[in-house]
Amino acid sequence: MQHSNGYIVGFAAAVCAVCAVFVAGAAVGLKDRQETNRLLDRQQKVLTVAGLIEEGASLAPAEITSLYESSIEQKIIDLETGELDPAVDARKFDQRKASKDPATSRVAPENLAKVMRLPNQALVFDVKKDGELKALIIPIEGYGLWGTLYGYLALAPDARTIVGITFYSHKETPGLGGEVDNPRWKALWPGRMAFNERGVPTISVKKGPAGPPAEDPYQVDGLSGATLTSRGVTNLLRFWLGENGFGPYLEKYRAQAGV
Amino acid sequence: MAEATTRDAFVDPIINNNPIALQILGICSALAVTTKMSTALVMAVAVTVVTAFSNLAVSLLRRWIPSSIRIIVQLTVIASLVIVTDQILQAYVYATAKELSVFVGLIITNCIVMGRADAFAMQNKPWISFVDGLGNGIGYSLILIVVAFFRELIGSGSLLGFTILKPVSQGGWYVPNGLMLLAPAAFFLIGSFIWILRTYWKPEHVEEEFHVGALLELGNEGHLR
Repeated sequence: MQHSNGYIVGFAAAVCAVCAVFVAGAAVGLKDRQETNRLLDRQQKVLTVAGLIEEGASLAPAEITSLYESSIEQKIIDLETGELDPAVDARKFDQRKASKDPATSRVAPENLAKVMRLPNQALVFDVKKDGELKALIIPIEGYGLWGTLYGYLALAPDARTIVGITFYSHKETPGLGGEVDNPRWKALWPGRMAFNERGVPTISVKKGPAGPPAEDPYQVDGLSGATLTSRGVTNLLRFWLGENGFGPYLEKYRAQAGV
Repeated sequence: MAEATTRDAFVDPIINNNPIALQILGICSALAVTTKMSTALVMAVAVTVVTAFSNLAVSLLRRWIPSSIRIIVQLTVIASLVIVTDQILQAYVYATAKELSVFVGLIITNCIVMGRADAFAMQNKPWISFVDGLGNGIGYSLILIVVAFFRELIGSGSLLGFTILKPVSQGGWYVPNGLMLLAPAAFFLIGSFIWILRTYWKPEHVEEEFHVGALLELGNEGHLR
């Protein structure tokens, strides 16, 4: 069957228009639900890294939210000074957005974690149980092999001992670098020391197996077949625990808490 | 094929002309998503839905699609369906959608979908095309689920996340076979299936039976492998 050029162009345009409406309709219609899912996923990750719920536990959304509301306190700090910044609403704050906006961020000094921009303010979390501080959580991000890893690091109230680590978004190879999601690997972190006695960020992911936390406090097993991801995790931790990251905040905290 | 009954259109691709085992289509995603039963199941449903509805849509449009741009039109329809499926998965089964990540998007390149749209839906009425899509999707799903069954059981000692063989790492006796979790294991399994099927059940199935048309073969060769 021969068709005129006009018919072909018209037909193509009509198919595109119908498909576009269909796709856009689905995207817009489902956006709220997806946002809720993303938020819940983030909250669950924070609760997991704090050790309040078990890895991979399936909880009802209401349970996650209520546990989150009752035990996690969100705080905005000034990244450079480490001071609390009550002027910004922690509930509405989106650190990833803030790092992209020139008005609320600055260019990061050159670093191994390949963090390009630093937000002026950052969102940190206090984990509390019965009014007592159980852990501090800081967001972490940095380059692995294929893209940026985003996650959280939880520190004990001494601000030195690691309670947990998790990544909620990354693009590493499934089965190799993607093993940063492996619960067994993440279980190797609690009890290790993020800083040495002089307060320098020392924690690293080594190549090969590390000893138990008591004997080998500054090193964690490397991920087999994922040297660059392992190195990336070391770099991003050292960056965010260091002077350009949350170093000032943690130092202030230690001085105040007397630990 | 135009004379095919609805029943044939449904049952044939599941058993007699299985897209993976006998047409060797859609191998790529079959390797990627079969390390666990749960991801395989979601992927199976997604592919079945997409194949069925793309067949339906293409069949409805078949009289008006200009032949010079028919592949593009089919791809547009399929791509839209896949994006919508991805959006729905993200809204309702977020955790699984996150695990499937890029592979949902890759349904677009699954040659079962495109192959059926072009080889069947372009010549047949909407209802029977829909059923054919459903049948092919289920035929694909069947293999996917069988492969995932073996990979999860042998590779992790569990099924659908429930521990069946208690692995050593949890204090049990079973040493999981890590090879099963890597892509080559799916090749071994699918290869074995094809071998068994063709040796004992369909010994008459030899390559010249690929009567589905030159285009399907083209689709197969152009497939991302």
